[in-house]
Amino acid sequence: MASPSRLAGLLREGRFVVTAELSSSNSADPEATWRRAEVLRGSVDAINCTDNTGAHVHMASLAAAHLLVEKGLEPIMQLTVRDRNRLALQADLLGAAALGVRNLVLMSGDDVTVGDHPEARRIYDIDSMQLVEVAATMRDRGTYLSGRKLEQAPSFFIGAVENPFAPPLEFRPLRLQKKVRAGADFIQTQLVFDVPLFARFMSMVRDLGLADKVFIIPSIGIPRSARGAHFMREKVPGLHVPDALVDRLEKTPPARQAEEGIQIAVELVNAVREIPGVAGVHLIGIKWEEGVVQVADAAGLLPRPTLSPLATVGGSR
Amino acid sequence: MRVIERLVVAMEKPLKEAVWDCRMCGQCILHSTGLSCPMRCPKNLRNGPCGGVRADGNCEVYADKRCVWVEAWEGSRRLPVFKDHILHLQKPMDWQLEGTSSWVNLVSGRDQVAPKGWESHGES
Repeated sequence: MASPSRLAGLLREGRFVVTAELSSSNSADPEATWRRAEVLRGSVDAINCTDNTGAHVHMASLAAAHLLVEKGLEPIMQLTVRDRNRLALQADLLGAAALGVRNLVLMSGDDVTVGDHPEARRIYDIDSMQLVEVAATMRDRGTYLSGRKLEQAPSFFIGAVENPFAPPLEFRPLRLQKKVRAGADFIQTQLVFDVPLFARFMSMVRDLGLADKVFIIPSIGIPRSARGAHFMREKVPGLHVPDALVDRLEKTPPARQAEEGIQIAVELVNAVREIPGVAGVHLIGIKWEEGVVQVADAAGLLPRPTLSPLATVGGSR
Repeated sequence: MRVIERLVVAMEKPLKEAVWDCRMCGQCILHSTGLSCPMRCPKNLRNGPCGGVRADGNCEVYADKRCVWVEAWEGSRRLPVFKDHILHLQKPMDWQLEGTSSWVNLVSGRDQVAPKGWESHGES
């Protein structure tokens, strides 16, 4: 078997991790994926490969993740239940494991109606909670959901998502608890712009005793322009962008808005870092890997740590 | 048996459609979802809301409709019993039961049959 998850090793050593989202590719040429991913090398611990993000078609996350493995970069493969039934999902999970993918983030996915094929049939055969349990079943019991035995169980580090900002707010920490019981090892949250609301969410999560059971990694968006921030506020489902943030960018001259966006992201990283139970940050610069590197640098997150040799022994859990 | 089941469906369907906008999944969990039918969710989510719920509590897909799970959470708080069943991990849907009577499936125990690889966590 190939090496276990380095991301898991770092988190279990108590390191503050940095992950980032790779812009998805629309190119049949692997160089397009590699070029963007190379920008992130050395600045992040693992890289998310998205699954038809925003319900727009792109290169399969499984393929992108494998391209990263080939280059010695550590991928986090996102998989939604929107486009695949339980057979296809399990087939891709097993295939991903064989191709060296160790980290997963499993989710419902944005609805097809917000994407570029709004007329498509949505699948949702199982839900994201059930997919987490299916992946955990394959790993821990060595069977498919049907109960049929695998010849070799995969070693996954299983991630899920939560949106602390979407109603019903009181149910969100409990839903996270359900995901932990289903088998989630780590959680990447929706983009955090409203720090006090996120802090409140984290306090409820700690009260449930979840901070010791799951690694929570808030996402930090890097706005590149006032227009981008405006778009996020108006168009992206489940995103909570305070007016003050959009105003701040709008008052900045266009030539300096990217710089201001970096500054905003750095402030957010520093703010969430102070909240107990936060295990790292997930940086998202939409089609802007360079912005991720600048934020990691300016927030004092570089250089990234190397894993102590002991941590790599002992499998996935 | 066939005839009896058709008769039950003929009673169950109009009643549950009228009261809960039921979709006849044949494996009813209304008591675990605050009497808000989860099959009305465009994503058929049976374990809680997605991350796309709008700030006003409306659905990501249908902006003018309240999220089924916002209603489920609020409804579950009002229930005198089964309040915490909203925390149960619901097993994957058995699509073979779609359109059949959940009453018959409850009595026969058919709706409790989970895939062999599914760990029940001691919940139903």
